[in-house]
Amino acid sequence: MTDTYLNLVNSGLTKEMAKKLGLPRPAELRRTDPGAVDQPLIPGPVLVLGSGRADTAADSVANTLLSWDLDVHRTLPNRTIGAIVVTLTDITHPEQVSERVLEVGAALRSLAPSARVITISRPAAEAADPAVAAARHGVDGFGRSLAKELRAGATGNGIVLSEGVTPDSPSATGALRFLLSARSAFVSGQFVNVTTPDGEAPGDWTRPLAGRVAVVTGAARGIGASIARTLHRDGAQVIGVDVPAAGEQLAQVMNEVHGTALQLDITGADAAQRVIDLARSRHGRLDAVVHNAGILRDKLLANMTAEKWDAVMAVNIAAQLRINDALLSAEELAPEGLRLVSLASTSGIAGNRGQTNYGYSKAAVIGMTRALAPRIAEQGGTANAVAPGFIETEMTAKIPPVPRQIARRANSLQQGGQPVDVAEAIAFLLSPQAGGINGEVLRVCGQNLVGQ
Amino acid sequence: MASTPPSNGTASTSPQRAAVIGANRIPFGKAGGAYASASNLDMLTAALSGLVARFGLQGERVGDVSAGAVLKHSRDFNLTREALLGSGLDPHTPGFDVQRACGTSVETVTAIANKIALGQIESGIAGGVDSTSDAPIVVSDRLRKTLLRLSRAKTAGQRLSLLSTLRPADLAPVAPNVNEPRTGLSMGEHQAITTRQWGITREAQDEVALNSHHNLARAYDDGLFDTLVTPYRGLVRDEALRADTSLEKLAKLKPVFGKDAPDASITAGNATPLSDGAATVLLGTDEWAAQRGLPVLAHVVDAESAAVDFARGEEGLLMAGAYAVPRLLARQGLRLDDFAFVEIHEAFASTVLTTMAAWADEDFCTRKLGMPALGEVDRSRLNVAGSSLAAGHPFAATGARIVGTLATLLHERKKADGGDASSAPVRGLISVCAAGGQAVAMILEA
Repeated sequence: MTDTYLNLVNSGLTKEMAKKLGLPRPAELRRTDPGAVDQPLIPGPVLVLGSGRADTAADSVANTLLSWDLDVHRTLPNRTIGAIVVTLTDITHPEQVSERVLEVGAALRSLAPSARVITISRPAAEAADPAVAAARHGVDGFGRSLAKELRAGATGNGIVLSEGVTPDSPSATGALRFLLSARSAFVSGQFVNVTTPDGEAPGDWTRPLAGRVAVVTGAARGIGASIARTLHRDGAQVIGVDVPAAGEQLAQVMNEVHGTALQLDITGADAAQRVIDLARSRHGRLDAVVHNAGILRDKLLANMTAEKWDAVMAVNIAAQLRINDALLSAEELAPEGLRLVSLASTSGIAGNRGQTNYGYSKAAVIGMTRALAPRIAEQGGTANAVAPGFIETEMTAKIPPVPRQIARRANSLQQGGQPVDVAEAIAFLLSPQAGGINGEVLRVCGQNLVGQ
Repeated sequence: MASTPPSNGTASTSPQRAAVIGANRIPFGKAGGAYASASNLDMLTAALSGLVARFGLQGERVGDVSAGAVLKHSRDFNLTREALLGSGLDPHTPGFDVQRACGTSVETVTAIANKIALGQIESGIAGGVDSTSDAPIVVSDRLRKTLLRLSRAKTAGQRLSLLSTLRPADLAPVAPNVNEPRTGLSMGEHQAITTRQWGITREAQDEVALNSHHNLARAYDDGLFDTLVTPYRGLVRDEALRADTSLEKLAKLKPVFGKDAPDASITAGNATPLSDGAATVLLGTDEWAAQRGLPVLAHVVDAESAAVDFARGEEGLLMAGAYAVPRLLARQGLRLDDFAFVEIHEAFASTVLTTMAAWADEDFCTRKLGMPALGEVDRSRLNVAGSSLAAGHPFAATGARIVGTLATLLHERKKADGGDASSAPVRGLISVCAAGGQAVAMILEA
């Protein structure tokens, strides 16, 4: 699961050779130090750009950043900077943006490794005026293109605030902090929509899930084990679920995170009830469920068997639908509102040869999540999906070497992500500061070249 | 006035029945199989770690932990304490070792349950482990004594002269065996004698073996063991389990014990295989369980041990269960019909059959127990989730396996009957024979 190429081009003699040969040199990404979470939040001062003194959005962002003890500048300081945040919430015509984007451009050469560029804008869909919509939607192409220009592990992302959502609303600041921090190491070229002013700042930003109880399916290994560890790091009590055959690894992971192991086949008719009963009796509540369990049965459709197709549907989508139904009708389960996150996949967005079954199931997860969002919002909860791209796991380690190398390099960060990168995005979506983010599909793919 | 409670001013402190909260074991391996390179410490630690994970006991200080092994290395002098230190429990948790041959972990359950009942502890873990693959090998007395002197020797000359006294024959290890020291007979040879005495047929034994495999396989398929077993070293189910065995296949096996007699009937199919494995049970007061949101599967009602004079041939080696159970039932005022489930450890299929035959035999019961016969065991209540013939029998682990399984069966029956705490109790009976002519019996109740 180690990326040998990445190690070679970043160390010793081979690093010098790679430089001379002009080989692509994926950077080692800055990630959260579990011993010093969010310290430092970003690798240098932050430059906040807006339309000038009158831009209240930029002021608001600057104040938020100052409250996190960051070194905030409104003009480019004469040193390396950790992030650029540019507010574009006020634009009404495409001709308005040149001054600000060129200012961003002038600052790019000052970015530190693993720096961040973040745009804050409004959704085009909410604009009736074609000029306003054009100005707003332009940010989409600008941001995704800029993210592809960034080097040395830097990422570019955007936050899109619906009408009525101010830059100081909980989920706007929550998203800003997530995208600035090392938690979003493998998220690039993405836009996070904040549609409501719901949610609240956590008591402690480094332990936002303190006091919450979370169920993670497929928790025995890979991304699931990483999710369990990350949720535990953020303060959650974890109930780990996996099939009985994976019980040994599940027990190890649960003992590591002081959680509870539940050996359970999620496709069973009583699966949801057993999860709910355990959470109720052991903790008296259930705040979050991460539908991570999933299987692959890859075959070209011409060779697909009913067994392979049906197995993927049963685990990847049917079990989730059944469990969600039970969760939504369980009374007084989640005092703060239930948070759901499902694992989608870039295969469900862009498609992948040999994965018609997997692609169907993962696209189905996206469909389910969007339909669930308004329903669960009525109960004060959220439903979101995270779509990983190429992540270094036991599963992807089985891909033959050449396709694996290609898959790794086919994104803006030129490397595979780590399971913890997916886990970080999930932890964010489950946190109190993400209460205004609902029905989203957040990609964790290093800006994979396929799909959006 | 007879109904007036005593009022001598002292509070009555009637013992509180200990609750069986849950259990965890690793699948049992065959000797030289999946756990060939695992030690007793490895396996007991794994079984405990799985229990800790299942019940979220990480960092928890449990009142006491008792476990043990029958085949024990001298290095494992503090086996239970060492295992719990690697299990994730609070390192301030104490632990002690117990050994009563195959009855070891019924005995540890009894010990922990008694401490709980007396209010000495609120919670505890009982268990057992055995490895026949990693069995201790004993060296000759001359070699052992020489090695001990060698360790005390001060000079190279002393060491050399000590070594020069050794002869090649001294180096041959003394093969481990589980023969009875007083008779020199193996358990199988003993049981062959008992089997013939009671006229137990080969067919009846093979039928018990067949049921054991089929019942265990079905219990796995039904998910009974999802809450009782945590896989270990790639083993997901018991290695000895043969779901596809049949009477025809069992009938083809040659006898392995009592072969001198023409009607020898004990085969590898109806005798338990040598096994490796570990099992644990979590016990506590009802309050301790409730405070943690943990279930109460059943309660430990009572336990009894017995021994027979097998050395002088007055009784079969593995027949002490025929004594322990009637005494236990008499004390509790219960009959066989009062039990929804009966677990008789299948050391051999014929052990189960001879034990039941003795319970039903008027002559045996009046003459040897001085009480009327217990009657027939309803076979539909016997070892319904399989037992040692199919699961394997790592000696000290078997009792905890049976207690965990039986408590779960009782809990599920109670639930299925729609019963609550106040409704009629659902009872289970355990009888486990042990080397040295011993046996332990226990009653659980949900």
